[in-house]
Amino acid sequence: MQIQMIPEIGHFALVIALLFAIVQSVVPLAGAALRRPLWMAYARPMAAGQFLFVAIAYAALTASYMLDDFSVLNVANNSNSMLPWYYKFSAVWGNHEGSVLLWSMMLAGWGYFAVRYSRELPRDMVARVISVLGMVCVGFLLFILVTSNPFERLLPQMPQDGADLNPLLQDIGLIMHPPMLYMGYVGFSVVFAFAIAALLGGRLDAAWARWARPWTNLAWAFLTIGIALGSWWAYYELGWGGWWFWDPVENASLLPWLTGTALMHSLAVTEKRGSFKSWTLLLAITTFSLSLLGTFLVRSGVLTSVHAFANDPSRGFFILMLLGITVGLSLLVFALRAPRVSHKVGFGWLSRDAMLLINNIMLVILTVTVLLGTVYPLLLDALNLGKISVGPPYFNALFVPLTLLMCVFMGMGPISRWKDTSSKLLIQRLWLSAVVAVVLGMALPLIFAERWSAPVAIGIIAALWIVLPMLRDLYDKTRHASSVGAGLKKLSLAYWGMQLGHLGVAVTIIGVAVVSNYNIERNVRMSVGDSVSVAGYTFTMTELASRRGPNFLADRAVIEVQRDGRTRSFTMNPEKRLYIARGMPMTQVALRPGFFRDLYVAMGEDLGDNSWAMRVQYKPFVRWLWLGGLLMAAGGVLAVADKRYRRLATAPDPEEAAATSGAKPEGDRQEATA
Amino acid sequence: MTRRLILLLPLIGFLVLSLFLYQGLSLNPFHRESALMARDFPEFNLPTLEDPERRVDRSLLQTGELTLVNVWGEWCPECKREMPQLLDLADRGIRMVGVNWKDTREKGLGFLEDFGNPFETNIFDPDNELGFELGVFGAPETFLVDRDGIIRYHHTGYISASDVREHILPEVQKWQ
Amino acid sequence: MAVIRLALIGILTLLMAGTLQAGAIEVREFDDPVMEQRYRSLTASLRCPTCENQAINDSDAPVSRDMRNHVYMMLMDGRADMEIRDFMVERFGNYVLYNPRLEGRTFLLWGLPAGLVLAGGVLVALVVRARRNASARELSAEERARLEALINRGRTE
Repeated sequence: MQIQMIPEIGHFALVIALLFAIVQSVVPLAGAALRRPLWMAYARPMAAGQFLFVAIAYAALTASYMLDDFSVLNVANNSNSMLPWYYKFSAVWGNHEGSVLLWSMMLAGWGYFAVRYSRELPRDMVARVISVLGMVCVGFLLFILVTSNPFERLLPQMPQDGADLNPLLQDIGLIMHPPMLYMGYVGFSVVFAFAIAALLGGRLDAAWARWARPWTNLAWAFLTIGIALGSWWAYYELGWGGWWFWDPVENASLLPWLTGTALMHSLAVTEKRGSFKSWTLLLAITTFSLSLLGTFLVRSGVLTSVHAFANDPSRGFFILMLLGITVGLSLLVFALRAPRVSHKVGFGWLSRDAMLLINNIMLVILTVTVLLGTVYPLLLDALNLGKISVGPPYFNALFVPLTLLMCVFMGMGPISRWKDTSSKLLIQRLWLSAVVAVVLGMALPLIFAERWSAPVAIGIIAALWIVLPMLRDLYDKTRHASSVGAGLKKLSLAYWGMQLGHLGVAVTIIGVAVVSNYNIERNVRMSVGDSVSVAGYTFTMTELASRRGPNFLADRAVIEVQRDGRTRSFTMNPEKRLYIARGMPMTQVALRPGFFRDLYVAMGEDLGDNSWAMRVQYKPFVRWLWLGGLLMAAGGVLAVADKRYRRLATAPDPEEAAATSGAKPEGDRQEATA
Repeated sequence: MTRRLILLLPLIGFLVLSLFLYQGLSLNPFHRESALMARDFPEFNLPTLEDPERRVDRSLLQTGELTLVNVWGEWCPECKREMPQLLDLADRGIRMVGVNWKDTREKGLGFLEDFGNPFETNIFDPDNELGFELGVFGAPETFLVDRDGIIRYHHTGYISASDVREHILPEVQKWQ
Repeated sequence: MAVIRLALIGILTLLMAGTLQAGAIEVREFDDPVMEQRYRSLTASLRCPTCENQAINDSDAPVSRDMRNHVYMMLMDGRADMEIRDFMVERFGNYVLYNPRLEGRTFLLWGLPAGLVLAGGVLVALVVRARRNASARELSAEERARLEALINRGRTE
């Protein structure tokens, strides 16, 4: 078989996948409505078939890249024979067409696994879930085949070589960032499908929440990691040391994350207490809708962003249609079939239920704020009110206070009890944490930093306010046990998940507060022999040289760094590269990472006569940002690694009845799981 | 009943958003109106391209005649492409003043020799003094200045033949 | 055809955008650290008019360089931050402010989040109060009688 056949196979596979998806959308749903078991049984094989063929298509595209088949337009635009093989592999998703194909493959995959691990669910539920997923797949496959076909050929005049992958994308962080992000975005389609299936089938008891939780938490964890990776990549790749710019594409990933967080918590309440059902349904629909909206914003050209793919309004129109139909129909189904009478489970002012309600509301407010700021320039422009910009100053001014407000409740939430908590109990459990948090928050910057900073103090207070009550809670739970070990063993994984997740938030807050306020940056002119001193480190340029890489030429500086008072030194080697194929200059930052600080050196301009403008930065606690993200993701996964999700469901009715009455003692017991 | 209405709110909100997004697809984020609309042509004091001894200032635009001010540079490919349109406009009797932007004298004069000179005068602005005051960030840009020296229309980028017909000439008529 | 279009888009993007990378590593001397801080914060909050989405402190574009020079000169000249911002807006429009001004058309932008917090508070209050009342509500005499009847009927069956 010739290499040239492979793209055609891929193209054909996509068409077959579309056919599978169409059947998948229609037949099981009809089967559920008409109670035909045979039709409902189509769900699994159709999902499997679709997944298989989309995977074949993806493999075909990857093969074309790896084999340097420049007769494929997509490969010619984004690859090059000199490109290292691992970048050829990742270049598949470094462009619009390939990344949408990746989206589709993941969508098909999540659907397949969702049905595979749902043996114990009622058949009609599974059928509806798969059909809904199938419909979304149809939308995406049509989008690919009609507007964004990666298998377009450049025959018979195929180019000698490709245009090369954008050098910014030739990087490990970029290899990992989109797949993680997409796993998150796409993963939320499962809980979305569950919600729609529950609405369509009228199964609005709490059971759907329990089934959907593991999928939701897993998707959320992926999205968290995806966002953290993106931030980390921007930090070391873009050369200015920033880690978040409130760029529309960054915001597009944050929006589903915010509602996804609310969704995770809301699902827990619905599962445990049977309440917040409408909230949870709406959040499930909203989160996936925001994933789709994000796709629209990034690929349509509607918003200007450095990240955006090459923009094409006809694609934008298609995605908007896709978005409109999917979200519009879902919200309509929600409006028509959501429970009209809410289950009057009562709860008090300081109960965990109330805390989680506040949590939901705060996260939704944060989401609306970010969304509003992102689309506001577009709104004004469409109304002919001129062109404005909304950037970091606005977002920071609003996001920070709102987050701090949330932190207040995050401290109280895990301590509060379901149904009601007496204020006396809360005060008793929390007063010490409050005092210690304030004292340490005010004192620590004084002790460890050169100058005191109010924002840092506030950040530390907020973080400690999250962490200390949890420590107190651990103490309370273990002090009656025979030993600390025995006490800890009794705590469920879900509890540890919550602790870890919230710890992650606290760690991130500290990272943000410290690096934003204690960051030191110096721009200096340096030639060989010159030194500059930053934050107790002395940076000396010892050498300026050139070298050649696989597909670039570089100027490189050797900087020797010595910490005051130490004798050992180390070197850092920033570079300024010129990528040959595209003629693009790139800064390769030199990083010296550490737990408590990063050192950051970048080459700026060649100032002539062997001297360069250099940027040297001292960035304290910057790694805590991403460490917090990792902790959050780990916490999310742990919360559903609990064995109750792994064992087969017993007869649904008695459990549901107990859960929804709210009278079950488990809800009030101390060992309450998250 | 109220509950049903509340449940419809997300759908309504989404529909409103979609409307704006749809509108957004037909907008171009890069087309911006000049900040100087309906304001006096800015002050400046610069030599001309043709005669280094001769200096001109804002009064050049306040002669009581409508003027098209075009910012160009030898290095700018779009400027070369739009020369036929500019020559055409000059032929129609419209007064044209050029701003030779971020260029050297040699290159500027060479450009005019090669492509023709529709301009009555060319202001020589190698250091982006006037350009900055006009908020110019790329060439070519064209400003329509009315008889009183007030900027009335701004065109970013290349002027095509259809732009001449559909935008420039009507505006000239309007402010004549 | 698609190739040509893509190529054009690509070229246009490259021409119009500054590079993504920190081209703006310049050496500027400041005697006064406060002024340096002002310079940093101003150049971080002014937007490059030609770039996709970058502040002038980060962009390589010529117009960004010119703007930075003007900011520097005006600071040296003793001008206030507000004056410098106004100066840029006069020439490039409101587009160059990353921090949108509070005016009629941005009322919703600045006001909605705060409004939502208030509304959220009210919502929580209403929900909690309604639910507390619901579960605490006593049965009326008639309802009690109905309950009795139901229970008794259940017993005899």
